[in-house]
Amino acid sequence: MDIQVYIALSLTLFTIGIVGVLVRRNAIIIFMCVELMLNAVNLLLVAFSKMHAASSAVKALPTYASDAQIFVFFIMVVAAAEVSVGLAIIVMMYRNIHSVDVNFLNRLKN
Amino acid sequence: MNLTTLAFFLLSFIAVGSAIMMITSKSPVHSVLWLIVVFFSISGHYILLNAQFLAVVNIIVYAGAIMVLFLFVVMLMNLNAETEPIKNYRLQLIGVLAGGTLLLVLITAMMRIDVEQVVQMKIGDAGLIKVLGMTLFKNYVLPFEISSVLFLSAMIGAVIIGKKD
Repeated sequence: MDIQVYIALSLTLFTIGIVGVLVRRNAIIIFMCVELMLNAVNLLLVAFSKMHAASSAVKALPTYASDAQIFVFFIMVVAAAEVSVGLAIIVMMYRNIHSVDVNFLNRLKN
Repeated sequence: MNLTTLAFFLLSFIAVGSAIMMITSKSPVHSVLWLIVVFFSISGHYILLNAQFLAVVNIIVYAGAIMVLFLFVVMLMNLNAETEPIKNYRLQLIGVLAGGTLLLVLITAMMRIDVEQVVQMKIGDAGLIKVLGMTLFKNYVLPFEISSVLFLSAMIGAVIIGKKD
């Protein structure tokens, strides 16, 4: 499979995430769209790692294709930490204004 | 068309379709379930690329832990289709147009590069647990330990934010 197909798939998933962030007003769904964008980037990183594994020029390096997958692992670690804090913030927001609509969060506007 | 290509396009179709269903479904619970389908299809892509460790970790961490956390919060708040916020169709149209423009620009930029690189599928040992474990505990042991501090601070932060005053 060519790398272009993987880039196109990742770009499509990333753009769907961006459209979701722009269109939806529910804070939880916006947060889920951020997760979708992170996953699109993860998929692209793994595809590039396997692209490097296919080319023989970089095989002199000891960890020639594993670095990107370690990077994906750390992205997952950061995403898990981010979700715990973000959902706590959303729960606190729901407790204060009894809604998860981000349109109500306009107190800093004026 | 061989079996690998068929599996790739099937998984891609499932991923993109479920992602579109996720952002268009009214009920937040349905959105969470569609996102779980997206994560499973991305795990299928990892298996197809022979990144076995990441496929398992993606299912355990994303589909297992993170989405259950989302589902807990959605059910805790008792959100359903009736509590969906009022929508502004003009803003939705602008959002879809902006996203489509971005996709068009990115795809066009991608078309202009002419590298003929092939992604290695179903073979290769870069994604095996043994190789990744050796890399993680030899070259990246310091970031691995620092991530435990990150988790600790995230845990304390979540408890402090979620505490009642």
